[in-house]
Amino acid sequence: MSSPIISIAQKPRQTDPSGGSQGSPAQLDAPEAPKSPVRQFLMSRSSGKAADTTFSAIMLMCALSIFAIVLFILYILIARSKLSISQFGFKFFTRSAWDPVSGDFGAFPFIYGTLATSLLALLMAVPLALGVAVFLTELCPQKLRAPISFVTELLAAIPSVVYGLWAVFVLVPLMRDQLGPFLQKYLGWTQLFNGYNFGVGLLTASIILAIMILPIISSIARDIMLAVPISQREGVLALGATRWEMIRMGVLRNARIGIVGAIILGLGRALGETMAVTMVIGNHPEIPKSLFSPGYTLASVIANEFSEATGDVYLSSLIEIGLALFLVTIVVNAIARALVWAVTRGAPARAH
Amino acid sequence: MATNPFHTLPPPQDFAAGASPTQQTSRRVRLNRVRRHLWNHVVTGLAVLSTVIVIAPLVAILGYLIYKGASSLNLAFFTHIPAPVGEPGGGMANAIVGSGLVLGIASLMGIPVGIAAGVYLAEFGRGSWLASAVRFTADVLNGVPSIVMGIAIYSLIVMRQKHFSALAGGVALAIMMVPTITRTTEEMLATVPHAIREAAYGLGVPRWRTVLSVTLKTASPGIITGCMLAFARVAGETAPLLFTAFGNEFWSLRLNEPIAALPLQIYVYAISPYDEWHRLAWAGSLVLIVLIMVSVTLVRIYANRGVLKGAS
Repeated sequence: MSSPIISIAQKPRQTDPSGGSQGSPAQLDAPEAPKSPVRQFLMSRSSGKAADTTFSAIMLMCALSIFAIVLFILYILIARSKLSISQFGFKFFTRSAWDPVSGDFGAFPFIYGTLATSLLALLMAVPLALGVAVFLTELCPQKLRAPISFVTELLAAIPSVVYGLWAVFVLVPLMRDQLGPFLQKYLGWTQLFNGYNFGVGLLTASIILAIMILPIISSIARDIMLAVPISQREGVLALGATRWEMIRMGVLRNARIGIVGAIILGLGRALGETMAVTMVIGNHPEIPKSLFSPGYTLASVIANEFSEATGDVYLSSLIEIGLALFLVTIVVNAIARALVWAVTRGAPARAH
Repeated sequence: MATNPFHTLPPPQDFAAGASPTQQTSRRVRLNRVRRHLWNHVVTGLAVLSTVIVIAPLVAILGYLIYKGASSLNLAFFTHIPAPVGEPGGGMANAIVGSGLVLGIASLMGIPVGIAAGVYLAEFGRGSWLASAVRFTADVLNGVPSIVMGIAIYSLIVMRQKHFSALAGGVALAIMMVPTITRTTEEMLATVPHAIREAAYGLGVPRWRTVLSVTLKTASPGIITGCMLAFARVAGETAPLLFTAFGNEFWSLRLNEPIAALPLQIYVYAISPYDEWHRLAWAGSLVLIVLIMVSVTLVRIYANRGVLKGAS
């Protein structure tokens, strides 16, 4: 794509060397006017190689700074968690001790809490998100399409701490007084809802997480479904399928890799979500036995205890938890992005 | 297409003639059709229902927020600093100003770097493996939890300086802005038609000049949109500020000291046991959300008005 432009761009420079050599070096090297060098540089119509090279080098540096940021975060987290890595080794992630007083740390309850809340949230969010995506791409009247997608995007723009505030004052009482007893009464036989219901706990955290990841999953799934060529839909419909059969065979089957990517992207967001979860999960470093019992997640233990961590081992344990969270979300996001790209790359070209 | 592709298919009568038209099969066919159409309606209903379920919490959250926030919002909220525990009144003036300051630092650092990286991806590195790698890294960095940014900046700046500072908070937010801005800038630059660039090159305009005054200018509405969206996203971030800006009960405009920020203050007040502070948390949330929504909506209107479309 860019090669014809470059050749066009370079031609005048090569065929017209007098103009280039006349203007640029004189203006760049010997500023005669009282203008500042920066201003003069911007004013100059230089077509010299120096300006172009400098400019593209600056742009390249900024692009490389993204690599640098990731590598730097990785380096600094490893460097600061060395103490706990050397003291506990890999067993850090399988031990369930969390005792700041005696300096004994293990991250298992947090890993458990993070996985449990994220998976529960996915369980609630995925069917709903796919329903919304299907509705928006296939069923929705054209007039409603823009407002509904706007509203779901607004849902994504609400800050995490506001979700947390709402959860603390609305969702927690609701869970304690209405939803909790209801679940205990009718689904108590599953043994999932045993124990005392405080209102805060795994289930409440999962519900607020589900609300938060819904817009992400549904908007990406919508984009992916839109990337499925119209001809696929027409083909299935022409064979006499109902609309649902068209959606199932023509759309969902073609978009399934991308939809899995969208779900994993939602998982990545759920794993790292901090504030809202911290406010409603109960913050208790024990492996929860029921959905009502308070738990802890990797992100919320950092948010809660980092600023009051006393002692180097305590601090470096918390940083190691951050490191684990960083690596896990990087891997999860990389997989998800690769899947989403596999579907949407080149798809617009085929779509029309 | 001039030729109808369906002409190659056998006419539909052949199918009917091929199947033995006994009563049993025709009833089975009819039952099958009823089942399929029933299923179709069920799934349609489910999709509509799930959309309603998804919209419901938004309406609930926004409605409750406006109800609680509007009833606790007053002028003192914007002009006073927090009152000590037990005293009524007080506001979040310092937090609003602090948020502005931290966000200003973040924008000052994040926006130029983000745009420049986007320019590299779209103009200089198009198609190269390096650009793909940068793009991928930006997407991945976008998904890194904000709390991790918080502890990374804590380890980098706060631990060195031995105290929390507004500057550290700004750096943490700037890092979060970069990937979003990079990706939107790249996408917006990709929509600029080649003819415009070629016209500039044809006039002998050097490449850097073309990028600055032609390509970026043409794509500027979209790029501004991207910057505003990134800004709105980090404006509500609490986690990266917990250990960097830290929060402050008093007026502070110094970059080298802990500073109050609106989301931080909301968090602290929300988990406090005092009703008066809860009231302030609701008011703060309303202010925060109105700020974010207004910027997002403005951006949408601005982007939809099609300055970009007109240009291209």
